[in-house]
Amino acid sequence: MQWETVIGLEIHAQLATNTKIFSGSATAFGAEPNTQASLIDLAMPGTLPVLNAEAVRMACMFGLAVDAHIAEHNIFARKNYFYPDLPKGYQTSQMDDPIVGLGHLDIALEDGSIKRVGITRAHLEEDAGKSLHEDFSGMTGIDLNRAGTPLLEIVSEPELSNAKEAVAYAKAIHTLVRYLNICDGNMAEGSFRCDCNVSVRPKGQSELGTRTEIKNVNSFRFIERAINHEIQRQIELIEDGGKVIQETRLYDPNKDETRSMRSKEEANDYRYFPCPDLLPVHIPKEMLAQLRTELPELPTQKRERFEKDFGLSTYDASVLSASREMADYFEAVEKICQDAKLATNWVMGELSSLLNKENLDITQSPVSAQQLGGMLMRIKDNTISGKIAKMVFEAMAAGEGDADQIIEQRGLKQVTDSGAIEAMLDEVLAANAEQVEQYRASDENKRGKMFGFFVGQAMRASKGKANPQQVNELLKQKLDQ
Amino acid sequence: MALERCDVEKLAHLARLGLDDAQIDSSTTSLNAAINMINAMQAVNTDGIAPLANPLEANQRLRPDTVTESNHRDDYQALAPAVENGLYLVPKVID
Amino acid sequence: MHQLTLADISKALASKQFSARELTTHLLARIEQLDPQLNSFITVSKESALQQADAADEQRSSGINTPLLGLPIAHKDLFCTEGVRTSCASKTLDNFIAPYSATVVDKLSKAGCISLGKLNMDEFAMGSSGETSFYGASKNPWDTQRIPGGSSSGSAVAVAARLVPASTGSDSGGSIRQPAAFTGLTGIKPTYGRISRWGMTAYASSFDQAGFLAHNAEDCALLLQATAGFDERDSTSAQQPVDDYSAALSLPLQGLRIGLPKEYFSSDLDSRIGDVVSQSIEQLKQLGASFVDISLPSLPHAVPAYYVIASAEASTNLARFDGVRFGHRCENPQSLEDLYLRSRDEAFGKEVKRRIMIGTYALSTGYYDAYYLKAQKIRRLIKNDFVSAFKDVDLILGPTTPNLPWLIGSKIDDPVAAYLEDIYTVPANLAGIPGLSMPAGMIDGLPVGVQLLAPYFQEARLLQVAHQFQQHTDWHARTPAGF
Ligand SMILES: [Mg+2]
Ligand SMILES: [Zn+2]
Repeated sequence: MQWETVIGLEIHAQLATNTKIFSGSATAFGAEPNTQASLIDLAMPGTLPVLNAEAVRMACMFGLAVDAHIAEHNIFARKNYFYPDLPKGYQTSQMDDPIVGLGHLDIALEDGSIKRVGITRAHLEEDAGKSLHEDFSGMTGIDLNRAGTPLLEIVSEPELSNAKEAVAYAKAIHTLVRYLNICDGNMAEGSFRCDCNVSVRPKGQSELGTRTEIKNVNSFRFIERAINHEIQRQIELIEDGGKVIQETRLYDPNKDETRSMRSKEEANDYRYFPCPDLLPVHIPKEMLAQLRTELPELPTQKRERFEKDFGLSTYDASVLSASREMADYFEAVEKICQDAKLATNWVMGELSSLLNKENLDITQSPVSAQQLGGMLMRIKDNTISGKIAKMVFEAMAAGEGDADQIIEQRGLKQVTDSGAIEAMLDEVLAANAEQVEQYRASDENKRGKMFGFFVGQAMRASKGKANPQQVNELLKQKLDQ
Repeated sequence: MALERCDVEKLAHLARLGLDDAQIDSSTTSLNAAINMINAMQAVNTDGIAPLANPLEANQRLRPDTVTESNHRDDYQALAPAVENGLYLVPKVID
Repeated sequence: MHQLTLADISKALASKQFSARELTTHLLARIEQLDPQLNSFITVSKESALQQADAADEQRSSGINTPLLGLPIAHKDLFCTEGVRTSCASKTLDNFIAPYSATVVDKLSKAGCISLGKLNMDEFAMGSSGETSFYGASKNPWDTQRIPGGSSSGSAVAVAARLVPASTGSDSGGSIRQPAAFTGLTGIKPTYGRISRWGMTAYASSFDQAGFLAHNAEDCALLLQATAGFDERDSTSAQQPVDDYSAALSLPLQGLRIGLPKEYFSSDLDSRIGDVVSQSIEQLKQLGASFVDISLPSLPHAVPAYYVIASAEASTNLARFDGVRFGHRCENPQSLEDLYLRSRDEAFGKEVKRRIMIGTYALSTGYYDAYYLKAQKIRRLIKNDFVSAFKDVDLILGPTTPNLPWLIGSKIDDPVAAYLEDIYTVPANLAGIPGLSMPAGMIDGLPVGVQLLAPYFQEARLLQVAHQFQQHTDWHARTPAGF
């Protein structure tokens, strides 16, 4: 049987506020346990929440960026359940009237096509604390520093049809929240977490199959693997005559499998109702109008501009617009060298592999955009060849200075004096007289490979500095004499 | 809509109240009496009436995003039944 | 000294008739001597009270003469008081030393009030008799066989017995007005949001409102003046200017229109209480007020709507008492589940568990619409009734309670009967309007209260009418025998 997969994602983005959503406690990562847990965060009797303006602003920015309807009045509700990392015994969240309603996001797929993914809603809520399972005399330790950190839960429509699309969507949201400066996107620290809702159905069937939810997947690679495993598990289960049950599952990256979270599986009834300690949040039209003017150029807009203005492919344009910093870097390089193709090749090529190898962020790049742009100028004006440029690039990465300094110091300037090149070629041909004989005796179709040999000898003799184009032309003349 | 004993057991568990058999029995009786009283409101016509969650019907005020709290862990944890290394302790949580 | 009102004491302290220390010592001695038979205090703060009295005396002698300086009060035990146990009359918090103070406590302390301690109450404010306290029932000083009302039971008893001249209370469904009526006191529940809820342990968040029990309207005005106002720590706190309550007291009643809702005079009402209400109407007429009959048609549904919403809110407000960060924890919990189940079962009393269960039921899947949502719609109808009534009248008057205080233990097995006793007080909480109960007569040696209700933020009008009434009657000045 042919199967079809339906995936929807729920992404929890931690908002990059200074303080918690309902208290003035700091949200800094990595503090000593419970040192950022105030009376309110600890749910001391008599304490009350007051909403953080910045969290509201950030949610609105997201809503505007995905063209969503932003509720003029949105309401906080209590989601009731007992868990030791949830001090009040309820999570303050939004249910019926979320701040951000229906919106959408266009994502670029690997084949270069664009897919529009619906965003059902995005709502504000508070994060829970952390349970530490190391052994404390056989007990679990609870750290409530994270309790009350603002989250934006972004829920997609079930419109993603395979793991790769899901990853592309998650990456696009990740890019967007970082563009908007509303989330640091640090997945290792849990600032950006993903729940994947997965179901399968026979191809052509219109109603959805039973879905399972894989909780808290914390890397793009794991999202892909977890979804693929879950699809496989569900198909095998159904084909063996079994039935998928609606449940929460956990992806275990060590065993590379998903397993049921039975302990949380008991019949939960969250008894949502409007939180009586908070009033409806009013978003005035004027505030939205103002925020709209503060929106930065968004990834999609940037990608489209790169395609249009620089003639880049959709794929290249989406890689280069994947982060604001990357795009800024690229644009700075392009501005200096005035050659988008060359800038693209170097940024996506040498520079990216250098960063990858050193495990660095674009903002930590040892070669600045000014340096790279300056070097590309020297390629364009034939001061150096592409091959020499790689040497220069490595030297810049090692901190030896700008391209011009390195070229000067190491004497890497390209030789373009045809007299000098001819003299050098004569020496090379004289030293390889036997090969010259063979070349001249061969027929046309064998000469190509042999010609390459002479070019190699010539470039070696010039230590790579001879202008390759001139070497080619003059060599051809001399051999064909 | 009378509650059965098993309904009361479920409610007690949702509310994490470890009621014993005698308490479940007496709760079943008294809850049904309360529900009976409450059910009188079902007769009221509320068509087209919007629910009222807060009497003042004001809007939420927003707080500036500035840190106002400092660390008082030792004071607060002096109130806790069990702590170690700055952590609150609970019986092992199994995920 | 113990017969004096706050206003009297303020004058006496200013004219150095006695010191705050002398007064405090006297009252502490009375508490020690008389409270064992009344059980109105949970915690007596002897040492800190004397320290505060000395500090007040020192300030006096340095020329400071603020109106509340050196006035002794006591707080209902649900207001957090830094460094002092705040138990909410529950085993849950028997060991809970509050790490901070409620806004009300803070403001009164900054104004110079001396706190003599923490007062008994129904557990977590759930009850209208004072009997649900973990520390045992408080007794009505007018007849110690009878309940003093609740949930601010200790707040009423301590003031009625002249152990303290005034007290803080909280009123979510009548918890100030009903005990005030049962003990011969003046009790004010301000508009919802008028006084900050910060630091007041929540029972039913959308109803809870702090207020006061005192001997007369003048004292209530003093305390309200010091505590009313916006608090940025409470999202539901009202951003509304505060009136000059003391200035309003002396205004004449000429031209005031008072509504008499027919629903407050139905067959549920003890006819003797009805007679007391009629006499007070006559008195107010003589003072220049006029009366009109009105109707609040949704009122009969107030009690069910109130119990559904209040219990729903309470069921989740009390989820934080889980034995993890503070409060009672069971011995040797075997698992997380066991920790929750036993800690909460052991720590909460019967009535608290009952309301948690009702609230859990009202919010649960399949019942939410029929109970919680339905109740919220009725709440709107009740608010609408008041809003339209106040288009015609300046105030509403009726009895505070349908019956006299009952014998301790007589309704403990019939909670629904006790709930129905709240019929005249809960409507004000559903609508969020201010209310006041003042003593207006005696029946069989027991005090009877008359209730005044006003439009939003018109506390001044309530205090004015009560004060004018008290200028011409002496019900508020009567003292139970032996106190
Ligand atoms: Mg979710
Ligand atoms: Zn969530």
